[in-house]
Amino acid sequence: MSEQTTPPSLYAAREPVFPRRVSGRFRTMKWWLVGVMLGIYYITPWIRWDRGPAMPDQAVLIDLANRRFFFFFIEIWPHEFYFVAGLLIMAGLGLFLFTSALGRVWCGYACPQTVWTDLFIQTERWIEGDRNARVRNWNAPWGLRKARIYLTKWTVWLLIAVATGGAWVFYFTDAPTLLRDLVTLQAHPIAWTTIGILTATTFFFGGFFREQVCIYACPWPRIQAAMMDEDTLTIAYRDWRGEPRGKLRQGKLDPNQGDCIDCMACVNVCPMGIDIRDGQQLACITCGLCIDACDEVMDRIGKPRGLIGYLALSDEIHEKEGKPPISVWRHVFRPRTVLYSVLWGGVGIGLIALLLMRTDLDMSVAQVRNPLFVTMSDGSVRNAYEVRIRNMHHDARDFTLSLDAPVPMILDLEGTAGETVTIAPDEMFNQRVYLIAPADSPAATAQRTDVTLRAIEPVSGQVVAVETLFNGRGN
Amino acid sequence: MADDDKKKPDGEATVPEGPRPPVEARTEENLVDPPERQYAEPRKVLRQKVAPEPPTTGHSWDGIEEYDNPMPRWWLWTFYITIAWAVIYWILYPAWPMVSQATPGILGHSTRGDVAREIEDFETRNAAWFERLVATEVAQLREEAELERFAVQAGRAVFAAQCSQCHGAGAQGVQAGGFPSLLDDQWLWGGTLEEIHRTIAHGVRNEDDPDARWSEMPAFGAEGLLDEDEIDQVVEYVLAMSGQSHDADLAALGAEVFDWNCAACHMDDGSGNTDLGAPALNNQIWQYGGDRDTIRQTIYFSRFGVMPAFSERLRESDIRAVAVYVHQLGGGQ
Repeated sequence: MSEQTTPPSLYAAREPVFPRRVSGRFRTMKWWLVGVMLGIYYITPWIRWDRGPAMPDQAVLIDLANRRFFFFFIEIWPHEFYFVAGLLIMAGLGLFLFTSALGRVWCGYACPQTVWTDLFIQTERWIEGDRNARVRNWNAPWGLRKARIYLTKWTVWLLIAVATGGAWVFYFTDAPTLLRDLVTLQAHPIAWTTIGILTATTFFFGGFFREQVCIYACPWPRIQAAMMDEDTLTIAYRDWRGEPRGKLRQGKLDPNQGDCIDCMACVNVCPMGIDIRDGQQLACITCGLCIDACDEVMDRIGKPRGLIGYLALSDEIHEKEGKPPISVWRHVFRPRTVLYSVLWGGVGIGLIALLLMRTDLDMSVAQVRNPLFVTMSDGSVRNAYEVRIRNMHHDARDFTLSLDAPVPMILDLEGTAGETVTIAPDEMFNQRVYLIAPADSPAATAQRTDVTLRAIEPVSGQVVAVETLFNGRGN
Repeated sequence: MADDDKKKPDGEATVPEGPRPPVEARTEENLVDPPERQYAEPRKVLRQKVAPEPPTTGHSWDGIEEYDNPMPRWWLWTFYITIAWAVIYWILYPAWPMVSQATPGILGHSTRGDVAREIEDFETRNAAWFERLVATEVAQLREEAELERFAVQAGRAVFAAQCSQCHGAGAQGVQAGGFPSLLDDQWLWGGTLEEIHRTIAHGVRNEDDPDARWSEMPAFGAEGLLDEDEIDQVVEYVLAMSGQSHDADLAALGAEVFDWNCAACHMDDGSGNTDLGAPALNNQIWQYGGDRDTIRQTIYFSRFGVMPAFSERLRESDIRAVAVYVHQLGGGQ
């Protein structure tokens, strides 16, 4: 070894981001959105909805223990999970629609990571001050003052985090009962664990991990890039208008220079710590705050707004050639977005139709296939079926079973003399049912016969029919 | 503290006072071509002195050399933590295999112990049900819907563990082995809950239990009680009785043989007697098979099916549960 050289470091430390305060159209809209979304999140579990004495009165309840999902007048049983699948498909198509039309609006306005980081930064701003004060505190050596400020900040963050996790658990059990249990420290360990985990993740993600979630951890930015095209509206810097950038000289703009006065306002307000003037990039969540910051500066130096704005790639080519801008509506309404909307609406209408046609009676029939049939002493052939009837109703009801078969056959219920069973409210009932084909009758000698079992609710007249098989000796 | 909120944005020098100057119109003259886009410099990397030639391991494959870069710190630390974790695990849990068993670990953990604890947990949770099973009259076990549901579920598990080996998973029996079906409407020893319960508890033809079911059909051929002709005749008679094709002449002779030798247990009409464990012969159900050869073999050598007494193996509550399970399979009387 002739000379010792230090290899280049493979590690780059995170550059902390201290977003400056900004006000404007987008900031105001974002605060409204934060308010509405947090309002929905916190208020929903407390809305009551009367379903009768035996049922929970919480409007929105995911009752995992009893395997029910309540949503106002809708009540979903596990076998109706396709409703949830349909909603997930709608959510997926909705994201496709919004992403192809408006780019990363989810990231910039609605993602919990963005909303809570916003909240945490605002807290930081109240306690420490704006950007410059926060940078000063960050660089200051540890001392009593810094410790006091940081501890205050962390405490408030922690309170927000507890409130976040604490609200989540109310969706899964009766909210007032759980709140009482939490206050008296008698809540179930699962509730405490859930609150604990969500508190820890909220505190860490909102307070420290922040923009790194979007840049390193989240798959969504990568996927979205594949769904955007030249008509997708996204936040962009009009470099043909702004460049070459340069400072103001004696409050005047050099006629040879572009509109960008390189004031760094767009960079300083950015919660992701990026420079939008570098062009579209993975780290940009399109929160719109740089638009507000730049518009404010453009107003002050007397230039038209919109040096940074919502823009599509096709606009850029258009504007560089000096043509009038394409209207926003032409960007938004194009075959691709219309197709997504139609698909989205189609699934939605399908789900509503299913919901309207849904009965609160359901039956499933599982044939006992070990053995396929039993020969009785008189030579008749018997098949057994495990029948499950779900009474998805808030009262006990009677159900009469009947058989529809092309050849003579007898229906018999295990342990019951008649053909009627009474099922308690909101219960699933198992009944062993026999079909008996008399000796040497067509069904007894054939390999199989198609039959239909029906359950009839006499009061409402609801009927559910299930097709099944009868196995004969021909097997 | 928030005093600098009102400060101007960084870098902005002055803002012109008074009315804003009119916006300059864009003309051919003042239009400037934008430069190529400037992308952020990775400042830190540029500022750093870059080593002229990074060290390599000296390995070279077709001129491709391998850099001797250090492990990433996070990776290395994770690796050290896993080593420490392993050592702690060895101390706390069973780990190193020794001659007869593994090192026990100071927590005294064992997977077998976990299972035992889980079983015990379910036992305590179901204790009240088991008590109710024992406290209720056997004949009344299916009267109460909740208790019946519990008994069927518990009995299903007992059946799968204790009974299915002979009677089959679906309780359909195995004719080749002489294990009767429990699904149909014929019973050797009776199909009421009480009779089923007694059969399970005491078994059939075993020496261990004085209350065991006991039937003993003589081996009519092997012991020389009937001669070959008489056996042929009575076989035809049994075939006739169960409605199968037969030789009418022989069957007519066999009727007399049957009356003298068989009717005492199997009854005059061949309907059998559950008190004696004598099966019905006048129907379509055969424990060992109903064809001519099998019937002849049964009469010649007799059959001696056995069943263990489960009162020695199972608790009373389990026996009652499995009795209910068998009773509700379709044959219960």
